Amino acid sequence: MLQQIIDRRLSGKNKSIGNRERFLKRYRGQIREAVRRAVSGRDIRDINQGENVTVPKRDVGEPVFSHGSGGTREYVVPGNQDFTRGDRIARPQGGGGGGSGEGEASPDGEGEDDFVFTLSREEFMQYFFEDLALPHLIKTQLAETPEWKSRRAGFTGDGTPNNIHVVRSMRGALGRRIALGGERRRQLRELEARLAEARKNPNTLPNEIAALEEQIEVLKRRLSTIPYLDPIDLRYRNRVRVPLPTSKAVMFCVMDVSGSMNEARKDIAKRFFILLYLFLTRHYERTDIVFIRHHTQADEVNEHDFFHSVETGGTVVSSALALMVDIIKERYPSGEWNIYGAQASDGDNWGQDSLKCREMLHNDILPLLRYFAYVQVADGEQSLWSEYAALAEQVEHFAMRKIESPADIYPVFRDLFKKEGTT
Amino acid sequence: MNAAAEAIANNGVRASDRPPHNPLPCPSDWTFELINTYHEAIDKTARRYKLDTYANQLEIITAEQMMDAYASVGMPVLYRHWSYGKQFISTEKSYRRGQMGLAYEIVINSDPCISYLMEENTLPMQALVIAHAAYGHNSFFKGNYLFRMWTDASSIIDYLVYAKNYIAECEERHGVEAVEATLDSCHALMNHGVDRYRRPQKLSMVREQAMRAEREAYMQRQINDLWRTLPRQASKKAEGGPMRFPEEPQENILYFIEKNAPLLEPWQREVVRIVRKVAQYFYPQRQTQVMNEGWATFWHYTLLNTMYDDGLLTDGFMVEFLQSHTNVVFQPPPGQGGFRAFNPYALGFAMYSDIRRICESPTDEDRAWFPDIAGSDWQKTLDYAMRNFKDESFVGQFLSPTLMRRFRLFSVMDDESESEMEVSAIHDDSGYRHLREALARQYDLNHREPNIQVYSVDIRGDRSLTLRHTRDNNRPLGESTAEVLKHVARLWGFRVVLESVDGSGSVVRQWVAPPPE
Repeated sequence: MLQQIIDRRLSGKNKSIGNRERFLKRYRGQIREAVRRAVSGRDIRDINQGENVTVPKRDVGEPVFSHGSGGTREYVVPGNQDFTRGDRIARPQGGGGGGSGEGEASPDGEGEDDFVFTLSREEFMQYFFEDLALPHLIKTQLAETPEWKSRRAGFTGDGTPNNIHVVRSMRGALGRRIALGGERRRQLRELEARLAEARKNPNTLPNEIAALEEQIEVLKRRLSTIPYLDPIDLRYRNRVRVPLPTSKAVMFCVMDVSGSMNEARKDIAKRFFILLYLFLTRHYERTDIVFIRHHTQADEVNEHDFFHSVETGGTVVSSALALMVDIIKERYPSGEWNIYGAQASDGDNWGQDSLKCREMLHNDILPLLRYFAYVQVADGEQSLWSEYAALAEQVEHFAMRKIESPADIYPVFRDLFKKEGTT
Repeated sequence: MNAAAEAIANNGVRASDRPPHNPLPCPSDWTFELINTYHEAIDKTARRYKLDTYANQLEIITAEQMMDAYASVGMPVLYRHWSYGKQFISTEKSYRRGQMGLAYEIVINSDPCISYLMEENTLPMQALVIAHAAYGHNSFFKGNYLFRMWTDASSIIDYLVYAKNYIAECEERHGVEAVEATLDSCHALMNHGVDRYRRPQKLSMVREQAMRAEREAYMQRQINDLWRTLPRQASKKAEGGPMRFPEEPQENILYFIEKNAPLLEPWQREVVRIVRKVAQYFYPQRQTQVMNEGWATFWHYTLLNTMYDDGLLTDGFMVEFLQSHTNVVFQPPPGQGGFRAFNPYALGFAMYSDIRRICESPTDEDRAWFPDIAGSDWQKTLDYAMRNFKDESFVGQFLSPTLMRRFRLFSVMDDESESEMEVSAIHDDSGYRHLREALARQYDLNHREPNIQVYSVDIRGDRSLTLRHTRDNNRPLGESTAEVLKHVARLWGFRVVLESVDGSGSVVRQWVAPPPE
């Protein structure tokens, strides 16, 4: 009757998940808005994290009938210092009674602030990619059916007989036998020495020898009960299963950095790449990014240089495509990698080059790629646009759009990767 | 199992007569055996003071589970609703940022009484929580008349399980949105969904389920009857002036809606009922905050100190315990901007300790103020005080001048029509009674919450529902009134009017919520 202590720690964590989901669902509109703002405001390195979402307090409030300020009310409060009856006190600012026991001040002390909460990284992504799916995904290569690889991970005390590690087990048994028998063995040696001495000494009484012999006998019997191998000695090889990254993706960011690409245009392009990158990290266990910038010639650069270096000069788009082909051949065999391409440009190109670009894409690149997206961050339609447009009609996994302002990015992105079948 | 505790029980020597020795082990990390040991010792001590409790069930939980429990108003099961998600999110946020420690304990008024011990607590904290929750709160739940009258500890968990399943079932059948909308509206009226005077029926899952189908069918019939037959009755009574429905104003708005709202579906009525029952379950807790927390605090203090005197507790234990205890009963001094509300732990603890003092060593003043209890047996008096009062009457009955002086109480009258507030009484001879009455009133729920009742239904016309707010001290309703009224209209299905009536009976302000789409 007295007590039962129940250990609940392992049962039912996250009981509130259902409630949290309901909450998020209710404020879906605000959350989406916050996610959209976050995406346009973040760096590519920071994008992979949660986000604070702010909902105005009045929207999350649960109204109840309550007293407003006004009328007559009396408070009893502790801590009188020097008031006497009849003293007049100025009303504290902020109206009401300054939270004087009427239960009107908000219990969490947050007052009229907005309700701010953090969307976890997963939730953030969930909202972001809500109804998107990668086109032409090969299901078997996705994490849904991960491949496992078993790997050694030390030794354990239990396991199946085929995993017994004999050397370790015997070593343990030996240690145990020494530890358990050491003291008795020492006594045994002592007694045997005494017995030998007693036998040498002619004055020894026979019953003394008999007593010694008996003690020796007892010790020997005791020692023989220490088992040679005990279940606790057994050691098994421990094997753990680790997921094998089955799907790898590489994303090529190709951008024109010629003089005509100003900061604003680069910024738009960058956001486009961020979105694609995020999308890929969600679908692939490993996603590499290759940044290729080009003007009249192309370089592979790091992210910082990609977005921040200023170059001048003309534009030859095919140089970048050629470099892309080289890199794929060298480092990303298409049998192992899912290759995605994203290209941003303002549409300028050296006149003769556009046709060459189209051919390279069509013959050398697109066959290796899962998807290639081209965005033009300026309005006009020059030769590159028209060549690409012709290509887009023939090839299904090539898409192109124009983006004019940062606000267009999100819808354009969704449009590019619209769930198949919903178009 | 526990040598020290056994020793005391067996040799019968007054433990305080001998120097402390043989204390219980006190590492800072707890183990199940140690909790058992301490619990046994606390139990023995509590029995010596004749604390009458439900059986105890101690549950070890993690901080996250504690936050889960927080989010569902402390209950181990509860139906799903976004507002609990919101609660969880804000709790989690403040906890993660370290703005707020979690409460050390949550205790559930159930039989057996469930107390949660958080895994992060040190051993002395666990002992404190056991004394506080499993003996203090537990005996209060079992003894106090409001809890005895309004709640049925043995069936609450069952009922909540039933409610959770029922609402989940409704969500499946009628969609999450529809259920959520109904729950939102009910929650808005939760404080006005309790019977303040009538005793409710006991809750039980089995009976609820058996009765539900029958009740739904029956009620639907009743409601149809109401609307079909009333006009006829009305014409009969035509000479006797306009017929009123309801005949008397009704204080339990949710109950009225459940029984009379014309358009509610049977499942919606059941949802209204569930919210109403949950509100009713918490009603005693809202009325006994000071008493309940004070009682639990008084007993953890008394029990652990007794155990220390018995030589069971080490000095290190006591230092940690006292530090927590003083934090709990700390009454913050008045701040810059305004006055501080009472810390219910501080007031309650002080009052029970003071009653004990009045019993054990009364002064002349105490004899004059409390002739009945001065010099009486303190255990009996305290037990009586715990059983038969709620915050309002407890303060009204037992707040002594000594305590008013100690807290340096004063009362401030804030009249809207005056430019400044006035100190209406302080802790002196002429002020004691006034202070005591004013503080008691402050704990009166009827005074804290606006008095809104169902006034009439226009049964022959547009079926609109009229609620009436009777102003208390001319205090108006708050800003959210119009929002709440929309919820009432959603449940009622027709137009809803709320009239605010002042002391002289004339309508000062009116709100109207149109019928829902």
